[in-house]
Amino acid sequence: MGNAVKLSPSSDSQKALISRLEKEAGTNINLCYQCGKCTAGCPAAFAMDYPPRQVIRLLQLGLVDEALSTESVWICASCETCSSRCPRGVDIASLMDAVRREALRQNKVTDKKVAAFNKAFLNGVKMFGRTYEAGLLVQYNTATGQFLKDAELGLPMFLRGKVGILPEKIKGRDAIKKIFEKAQEKGVE
Amino acid sequence: MKLAYYPGCSLDSSGVEYGLSTKRTAAILGIELEEIEDWNCCGATSGHNTNKLLSLALPARNLAIAEKTGLDVLAPCAACYNRFRSTEHAVRHDNELRQKIEEVIEMEYSASHDTLSIPDLLANKVGIGSIKSKVVRPLKGMKAACYYGCLLVRPTEHTGWDDAEDPQSMDIVVQALGAKTVEWPFKTECCGAALATSRPDVGTKMIYDVLRNAKEAGAECIVTACPLCMMNLDMRQKGTEKKFNEKFNIPIYYITELLAIACGDSPKTVGTDRHFVEAVKYIENLKADPEPEMTTSSSADEAPSQAAAGGQEDDVVKKKVDAMITAFTKNPGKMVLKLIEDPERAGVLAEVITGDEKKIAKLAELLVTDKDKAAKAAEAFVTGELKKREKQ
Repeated sequence: MGNAVKLSPSSDSQKALISRLEKEAGTNINLCYQCGKCTAGCPAAFAMDYPPRQVIRLLQLGLVDEALSTESVWICASCETCSSRCPRGVDIASLMDAVRREALRQNKVTDKKVAAFNKAFLNGVKMFGRTYEAGLLVQYNTATGQFLKDAELGLPMFLRGKVGILPEKIKGRDAIKKIFEKAQEKGVE
Repeated sequence: MKLAYYPGCSLDSSGVEYGLSTKRTAAILGIELEEIEDWNCCGATSGHNTNKLLSLALPARNLAIAEKTGLDVLAPCAACYNRFRSTEHAVRHDNELRQKIEEVIEMEYSASHDTLSIPDLLANKVGIGSIKSKVVRPLKGMKAACYYGCLLVRPTEHTGWDDAEDPQSMDIVVQALGAKTVEWPFKTECCGAALATSRPDVGTKMIYDVLRNAKEAGAECIVTACPLCMMNLDMRQKGTEKKFNEKFNIPIYYITELLAIACGDSPKTVGTDRHFVEAVKYIENLKADPEPEMTTSSSADEAPSQAAAGGQEDDVVKKKVDAMITAFTKNPGKMVLKLIEDPERAGVLAEVITGDEKKIAKLAELLVTDKDKAAKAAEAFVTGELKKREKQ
């Protein structure tokens, strides 16, 4: 027992939050026996502070705040390799998704860039009903202070007819706005 | 065949070649596409990163509109396809969630129809035979790495039409067009998706790994069915080369571009001249491998109507089978010993097949393709014959 660390038991509210995340993700973290197959196959693990296996371990130990503040949840590209390979059927990608959304709700976003990208993307959809790629890049670059990021690609894209200057708008823009509002309202399951 | 068509946001902009070539592919194969009226963005990854209900409701609005037409949906973009399949799955398996989705979109939606991806449509619905019959300019000499990426084949509970680790649908289609496909380990690895924009320090490495693995496997081009994979591998290839100080210069194609071109379209018609990495010359300068007979590039042009995807291999098999049939007919006593060791049972087999062309043809074919199966079939013939004799 020389190296054993005694962890304080997690509080009821932490436990409740973890079960909510499990429900939202449709998976059970206690199935995980820490084999590491998810991490071995994860194409983005090289850049993570806590690889997927450890994020699950944090949750198993009730360390939910630590899990919410990992950079990993923002680096995860949602490629689903982990979920499709897990020998215990844990849907790790879906869990990462649930943790990411919770971090957003609690304003604990470790990687501002990914969150800024998502926000810029969805703003366009909410406004026009479709993605507005040119507007997305401008808004993202402005929000993150990287004014010239990918600027060298703008003109070549335009010349190839691959980016419109004006957004495409759908007729049902009101319906889309309503969908955004209602989804926000009913938000958490 | 008639399908509801969901182009998604990319196919009119950054993935314009995919849009053009999908329409041409449909026309060539006689598929009617009816664009979903006033469709909206599927929400993509940003949607499910932000709000689960929103990520299901945005696709559901499109699917509910399509459902009224009674048609299955074609979603060429892998990301849209994945979101649509997730929504169908949720609606079919979670009644509570279905009700919430219907309340949010203010429409009824029961997921009574399926969304199809391009590889699924081509390999499983249209079929290789029909595709081969349309090929007029086989892509002989092309060495392609078929890149499925993540969203087309995973998770299998949602997709389910191909293997998640070593899928084959795109490979058999590209082979049917006359090209060779390489075996490579990065078929279903992730290109990094939007990380190339939001976290280039992470995304560029993922792009680099895919390009390097394709090249190491001997591929001269990469074939994709996803506009985001195309954007990363094509548009960002130069930047990736610069960062890792390694030249690839490897053209990337949508599978639909290759189909249209192999079926007679000019590369320009389907937008292949709009790629960032030059992609027209490789196709125009394709030279068939000089095996098994020396063919000059001009003789390949002279016989463009021979839809001979994998034709050379088929010919070899056919020749072998013919040779076996001759051997069985001429010398059944000797040939049966290849299949059955026991001389008495072998003798019975020789009697059974003598003069029976059907049985000889079957054994000959199996002997060429699968020896174990041939032996089993031979044993079955003998057992059947012996039972018949017992009864008499």
